[in-house]
Amino acid sequence: MSREIAFVFNGNKMNMAIEDHWTLLHLIREELGYTGTKEGCGSGECGACTVIVDGNAVNSCLYLAAEIDGKELMTIEGLASPDGTLHPIQKAFVENGGIQCGFCSPGMIISAKALLDENPNANEEEIKEAIAGNLCRCTGYVQIVDSIKSVSGHEAQEPHVVAFRSEEGDRGD
Amino acid sequence: MRKFTYLVPKTLDEAISLYQSYGERAKYIAGGTDVLVKIKEGKLAPDYLISLKHIISQDRPFLNHETGELYVGAFVTHRMIETSPLVQAHYPILYDAVKNIGSVQIRNVATIGGNLVNAVPSADGAIPLITLDGKANIYGAKGQRSVDLLRFFLGPGQCDLERGEILTEVVVPRLLPRTGSAYIKHGRREAMELPMLGVGVLLSLEADMETCAKAGISLGVAAPTPIRALQAEKHLVGKTINEETLAEAGKIAGEESKVRDSIRGVAWYRREMVAVLVTRMGMKALERASRNAEVGMGNK
Ligand SMILES: Cc1cc2nc3c(=O)[nH]c(=O)nc-3n(C[C@H](O)[C@H](O)[C@H](O)COP(=O)(O)OP(=O)(O)OC[C@H]3O[C@@H](n4cnc5c(N)ncnc54)[C@H](O)[C@@H]3O)c2cc1C
Ligand code: FES
Ligand code: FES
Repeated sequence: MSREIAFVFNGNKMNMAIEDHWTLLHLIREELGYTGTKEGCGSGECGACTVIVDGNAVNSCLYLAAEIDGKELMTIEGLASPDGTLHPIQKAFVENGGIQCGFCSPGMIISAKALLDENPNANEEEIKEAIAGNLCRCTGYVQIVDSIKSVSGHEAQEPHVVAFRSEEGDRGD
Repeated sequence: MRKFTYLVPKTLDEAISLYQSYGERAKYIAGGTDVLVKIKEGKLAPDYLISLKHIISQDRPFLNHETGELYVGAFVTHRMIETSPLVQAHYPILYDAVKNIGSVQIRNVATIGGNLVNAVPSADGAIPLITLDGKANIYGAKGQRSVDLLRFFLGPGQCDLERGEILTEVVVPRLLPRTGSAYIKHGRREAMELPMLGVGVLLSLEADMETCAKAGISLGVAAPTPIRALQAEKHLVGKTINEETLAEAGKIAGEESKVRDSIRGVAWYRREMVAVLVTRMGMKALERASRNAEVGMGNK
C-alpha cells in the first residue's frame, strides 16, 4: 500500500508518497537519491546505514519509511554547510586519519554527531559505546576514536592530549 | 523487501480487532529489529504488519508510589530503560542488561516487549525481570490477564500468548529494603553478540547488612528458557553473604542449569562459568546493597 508522509529532511520540509514496505534506507538512497548513507549488512549489524531520527541514531535498514512521518531525519548530507564547509566532526575525521576506504565513515560520523549532540563532553568510554554498532574494516578504530575525541568538549579541556593524538591510541581518560 | 500493508492502531482494542480481521496474514511489530530482519531473510511473510508503537501508553518506566511497584511498559525502548534515573538508581540489574543489548542504534528502537515475546534463551531483558519477580500483563480479545514472567517463557521462541494477545507491561513488586542486584552477559565481546551465558543476582539483606533475607538468581542461555536457580537461592537465605557462600550457591546453580555443548561453548566450561559469574554478580549485588543503605536509598 502507498501512503502520504510529511517529514523534515536535513532541515527541509518534505511531503511524499511512499510504499509501506520501503525501509528508510530505500527511501533515502533510491527515492531521494542521497547515496551518502550506505547499505552494508541490511540487518542492523554494521551501522553503515546509520541516520538520525528526532535526535536518535537508528539503523535505517531496519526502520520503516512509514515511521518517519512527522519526524526529523538527518543524513550525512545534512552535516556540511550549504557552501561545502565541512562539519567539525567531518574535519576531525579527515585530519586524524579516521577515514580510509570511507565506507563506514557516514555511519561513524552520524553516530558521533548523535552522541555529541546529546553529550558534548563524551569521554573515550562513551565514544566507544556510541560507535559499538559501527563496523570498520580498515582503520582499527583507534583513529576514529581519536577523531571523535578531538571534537568532544571532554578532550578540549585536556589540550595536551590533542597535540600527540596519533601516538596516544588507547589512552584512557 | 517483500510487500506488506502497515497498520498503525492507536489503542489496544483497535490493534486486537485488526489482528482478528487478518488473522494468520498479520503480525504485530514494535521496534521491528527482529520482525524486519526475519522478513528480509524470508522467514516471515506477513501481508499486514500491525504496529504497536503508536498505541498511547507510558513511554518510560515509572514507580507506583503507593504500592512501590515498578511498571515497565512493553513498548518502551531499551534506551529509555537504560537512561531512566529510576532504573539506574534502584534496578541496576535491569540497567546492566539493557545497556549491552545490540548497539545504541538498536536500543533506540528495539522494545523490551519485543525482547520478551521473542523468547530466545539469550533474551537479555528477560533475566533481570524474572530475577525481580516480574509479572507480565497481557491484553487480548478476552480481556486482561497476568502471569508470572518466569512462566511466560514456554520454550525457545515460544511464550504464553494466545493468538492476537498483546504483552502490555511488566510489573515488578516492591523491593525489600537493603536490596542490591547485578547482571552480566558473558560472551567474547560486549556489544553485538549472542551471549554464551546471562547471569542475574539479586540480594536483600537483613538489618545487620550481611545476612541474606532473600535471594534471586537467574540464568539465561543455560536452558531452553530463562530459569531461576531455586536451589541456589534457597542455599543463601539465612546465611552470611560472602565470597564463600556465594561460590557454594554458584556451584549449585551450575548443577541446576541445563547447559549443553553448543556453538556457544562446551557444557563443563559453561557450568564453571555459571559458578564464577554467580559469585561475581553476588559480590556486586552485595556492594550495591551496602552502598544504597549508606546513602539512604534502601529501595523502600
Ligand atoms: C543487530 C542486532 C543486535 C541484537 N542484540 C541483542 C542483544 O544483545 N540482546 C538481546 O536480547 N536481543 C538482541 N537483539 C534482538 C532484538 O533486537 C531484541 O530482542 C529486541 O528487543 C526486539 O524488540 P523489537 O521491539 O525490535 O521487536 P519486534 O521485531 O518489533 O518484535 C519481535 C516479536 O515480538 C512480537 N511483539 C513485539 N512486541 C509485542 C507485544 N507487546 N505483544 C505481543 N507481541 C509483540 C512481534 O510480533 C515479533 O514476533 C538484537 C537484534 C539485532 C538486529
Ligand atoms: S546496513 Fe544497516 S546496519 Fe548494516
Ligand atoms: S574506513 Fe573502510 S570501513 Fe572504515
